[in-house]
Amino acid sequence: MIKSNGKALLVMGCPEVPVQTSIVLYLSNKLQKAGFHVTIAGTDAALKLMKVSDPEGYYIKDTVDLDQCIADLAEKRYDFDLCFVFMHSDAGMAYGATMSAISKAKVYAVIFGKNAEALAETIEYPAEKIVAKATHNPTPLKNKIDKVIL
Amino acid sequence: MSCIEQMKYKLLLERTSFREAREYIEKNSDEVYYVDPGYKIFKDYYIIGVPPIAMGVKGMELIFTYVKPCHGTFVMALESEEEISRLREREREKVKASLTKGGQKKKAEAAPPSFQDMWKK
Repeated sequence: MIKSNGKALLVMGCPEVPVQTSIVLYLSNKLQKAGFHVTIAGTDAALKLMKVSDPEGYYIKDTVDLDQCIADLAEKRYDFDLCFVFMHSDAGMAYGATMSAISKAKVYAVIFGKNAEALAETIEYPAEKIVAKATHNPTPLKNKIDKVIL
Repeated sequence: MSCIEQMKYKLLLERTSFREAREYIEKNSDEVYYVDPGYKIFKDYYIIGVPPIAMGVKGMELIFTYVKPCHGTFVMALESEEEISRLREREREKVKASLTKGGQKKKAEAAPPSFQDMWKK
């Protein structure tokens, strides 16, 4: 497992695809065990899903509204070492491009959903792609993440 | 929620892809400028998208993309003299900066003064 004292940002897209919430919790736990301070950014609905799933805050430490996070990064108020952008749609892909442009973090594009492969092909900005055709069953995406973050 | 949603905007395209939105702006604007993700407009909206991000000007209206995670990309138009002049000024500064960087300035100086002069060469 990688060990670090760095800062990681997990950027959630629209929460309509079920695997996102469980994989964000899983990855947050994994990164925290590896020594990262994890911040989760998302829309109000996406963050509520997370907080209800983890009421005692075992896996979620810091959260930030997605628009506020973009404003803070664009204004260089803070930055991260790693940034995982979750996406299953064209809008998510646009958010990934934005993160890649405004942050110095190493960007990982976590691509899932029915059209994961096709969406992955449209990504031309610097990002390591983690791709799995997963909608309800998180295991294929979890396995891909485990290959990248051991 | 951005302040844009409280303003009197026109929706020119709804729930589309970012690429289609960019093409729409390029085809339907009198002037097109390109900005990087994170470019700030109207006090608190930071442009989201895949660079180069097109922003258009048509008459007194600024035409731009607005991305929402659950709804895709929208193309909006809003009257704003202030934002349009800021965009034009930024473009002028970019051109100035590229000319003073050296190479292009020298090239420009070395270029023939007219098409006829160029033809003579």
